[in-house]
Amino acid sequence: MNTGSTDPAAAATAAHSGGGEGFVELRGITKRFPGVLANDDISLDFRPGEIHVLLGENGAGKSTLIGILAGMQQPDAGEIRVRGASVRIGSPRESLELGIGTVFQHVLLVQSLTVLENLMLGGAWWRRIDRDAALKRFRELSELLALEISPDALVGRLSLGQQQQVEIVRALWRGEGVLVLDEPTSMLTPEGVRELGQVMVRLRDEGVAIVFITHKLQEAYAFGDRISVLRLGKLVGSIDKERLSGMDEQAVTDEVIRLMFGSTEGHDQDAETLSGLGHRRPHLSAERQAEEPCLNLRAVSTQGDVGECPLQDVSFSLFPGEILGIAGVDGNGQKHLAEAVAGQRLAAQGEIFLEGAKIERLGVPDRRKLGIRYITDERLGEGTVGAFSVAHNVVMKEIGQPPLWRHGISLWDRIFAHARGQIREHDVRTPSERTPIGRLSGGNIQKVLLARELADDLVGEAKVVVFNKPTYGLDLQSTRFARDRIRRGAESGLATILISTELDELIELSDRIAVMFQGRLAGIVENGEGVEREIGLLMTGAAAA
Amino acid sequence: MGALLTEAFITSLVFGAITAGVPLLLAGLGEQISEKSGVLNIGIEGMMLMGAYCGFAAAYYSGSFWAGFLFGGLGGAAVAVLMAVFCVRFGMNQIVIGIALTLGVEGLTALLHFFQFSRTYPRLGESGALRIPLLSDIPVLGSALFAHHPLVYLAVAVVFALGWVFRSTFIGFNLEAAGNKPSALDAAGVSVIATRVYAVLSTGFLAGIGGAYMANVGAGLFIPFMTGGAGFIGIVLAMLARGRPLWVLFGALLFGASLALTTALQVAGLNIPTDVVQMLPFAMVMLVLVIFGRHSYLPPALGHPYVRGER
Repeated sequence: MNTGSTDPAAAATAAHSGGGEGFVELRGITKRFPGVLANDDISLDFRPGEIHVLLGENGAGKSTLIGILAGMQQPDAGEIRVRGASVRIGSPRESLELGIGTVFQHVLLVQSLTVLENLMLGGAWWRRIDRDAALKRFRELSELLALEISPDALVGRLSLGQQQQVEIVRALWRGEGVLVLDEPTSMLTPEGVRELGQVMVRLRDEGVAIVFITHKLQEAYAFGDRISVLRLGKLVGSIDKERLSGMDEQAVTDEVIRLMFGSTEGHDQDAETLSGLGHRRPHLSAERQAEEPCLNLRAVSTQGDVGECPLQDVSFSLFPGEILGIAGVDGNGQKHLAEAVAGQRLAAQGEIFLEGAKIERLGVPDRRKLGIRYITDERLGEGTVGAFSVAHNVVMKEIGQPPLWRHGISLWDRIFAHARGQIREHDVRTPSERTPIGRLSGGNIQKVLLARELADDLVGEAKVVVFNKPTYGLDLQSTRFARDRIRRGAESGLATILISTELDELIELSDRIAVMFQGRLAGIVENGEGVEREIGLLMTGAAAA
Repeated sequence: MGALLTEAFITSLVFGAITAGVPLLLAGLGEQISEKSGVLNIGIEGMMLMGAYCGFAAAYYSGSFWAGFLFGGLGGAAVAVLMAVFCVRFGMNQIVIGIALTLGVEGLTALLHFFQFSRTYPRLGESGALRIPLLSDIPVLGSALFAHHPLVYLAVAVVFALGWVFRSTFIGFNLEAAGNKPSALDAAGVSVIATRVYAVLSTGFLAGIGGAYMANVGAGLFIPFMTGGAGFIGIVLAMLARGRPLWVLFGALLFGASLALTTALQVAGLNIPTDVVQMLPFAMVMLVLVIFGRHSYLPPALGHPYVRGER
């Protein structure tokens, strides 16, 4: 506990850290949304000096529970007790004042303000800004967390890992009580994850109650003192501190998978996707030597707007049947790379060759005819039009062209028939082909996108496919479907670029993995044993120079 | 052409640039506050016009210019209340409501003016310039820069006051956060809605004073539709100024000068059709946008109503 603080929350934590009861106790929390029971009678304790891992799939009710703790949502039933007293958390501010600090999955910082200004945000408007006091508190917490961030740095200039550290500082700003971390590792480099782990351990040892939400099993085992598993809104089981300390990783994995899916048998694939232990592809390097590359980029650079990371001098070759993974922390030029290949963004400099022919001046339709396809990471928005029907979205890139259009007139029978075929083939779960696509789940929208981009009956054969974060935000089943589709595509000879921030996914699928750092290719490594470390170094720019 | 560069011409041009520039300055500063907080305030043209009407009426009946500015500001703020209710509180489309408000005020003020004055356009008296001692005696520029109504100097003071508010107060942080990452502001326990409502109201107040100045000092009378796009020029100024009030001042003087040049050229009796001369300021807008438009910066959340829990 930091001794300089006379904060009541901090003092209370210290008083309780000896006892066994929770700093925050949830009793019978229930929350309903139209058609969904998001939280069903959940009771949990968050104790000082303990890292409590909440595990669960997307839709298990983790985010709702966090929202209730953070004062963003109100439970329909149940009781929240903080330090033994029953409370109602009506707003984010009340949550902070109770000593509950939350770090959300998406960065909640004002990019155009400095670190210190962000931390001071929320002061009453008539007050004078007390910079010195804020600076003192910042130094205190920086020391506690062992951080080295300048208080005057613009937040927009910090890496995502650093921004997250600023968020942790903010969560603890009004007292070190409970720190809630919602999937904090999803945007971090392996190095960033390690640093986060150290920060959590330091805080735990200071008596902070940490709630760590994740869907990754390794992290649960590595960081957790106590693991609770949520499934479909219910608390389905817990492994407490005493039991957890006596179990090895395999035993914990088995137990958690049993809790999440009901039994270990019949769910091997789910378990595999979840624990990231899928099979690596056989390497094609030997065969590759013999073949001509399908796609060649030579010294491609792009121009970026404010806040974007443009490409600088990117060169690589891609061979038929190969999956080239692109790793890197989000926002290091991946989007520009995808768009430069797809033709959505013309290269400012450099050359792009498809099977020996120069294509860097061609637009999207021409490149599409030549066989370049792009599955965007913005499924709704760039990828599909939410208000249009599934059928309309399936043919979005062929509008006006035969055989589905004649002289500019839509031949709806043919369009719907075509869409029904694609829906069947790709197992899209939709009420009908006329349903607006915005009503479908992320996984099903992704299936429609895959159907549209990978189909080769209408405009010609697909040769090069760019996937940008194809499984981001999908549930396990859809993730598996998308990964299968990528693998099968490559086996049938497609040259594939797979952009992802999930290292597990890249290692599972790729032949080679390229790392992007600040718009450049920091390096390309062959997939194999020990590749994680190499990638980690490249991702942080350590090996770039 | 030689006759154009006489001392008298330059004095009247600079004087005119300031007189025409002050309403643009106030509108631009006001719009800047709204935009910083994430509200694209298209209704500002209507707020200015309402300010011009209310300001003129107040000054006409009370005989006081200061009462005119006060009621001009309140008139502008009254229109801003509608903007705040529809766009901020209920999250309706800012562009649609903004246009509707502008059109509505155009009709309303024309109608009220017609009821009061029928087809006559009564004038106000001299506005009473404050001649700053010594400075106003400088030849050529002295009387052009330092012999204005006191409100002009107040408006310039507002530029620096606003710069300070943006940089070093919680109000500034809150505005910045509301336009850049409203969810962060909400999570910090400050109401995004309230922040934006106050921003929109201050916009209305400033734009209203600008309109009142245009009617009472600039023209000395109220004519329906008299703002003629000044509010829209204010929007352009705010966009190009990238959040810095001082740039609004420079921009306002530039556009003010082109407006003054319009008058000056007409007075000088050049053989150019008046319609062409009157296009000058708008040609200037387009020229400036073509040259500097690429560098305009808009807050990421601009134009998006805030709903808690949505990203």
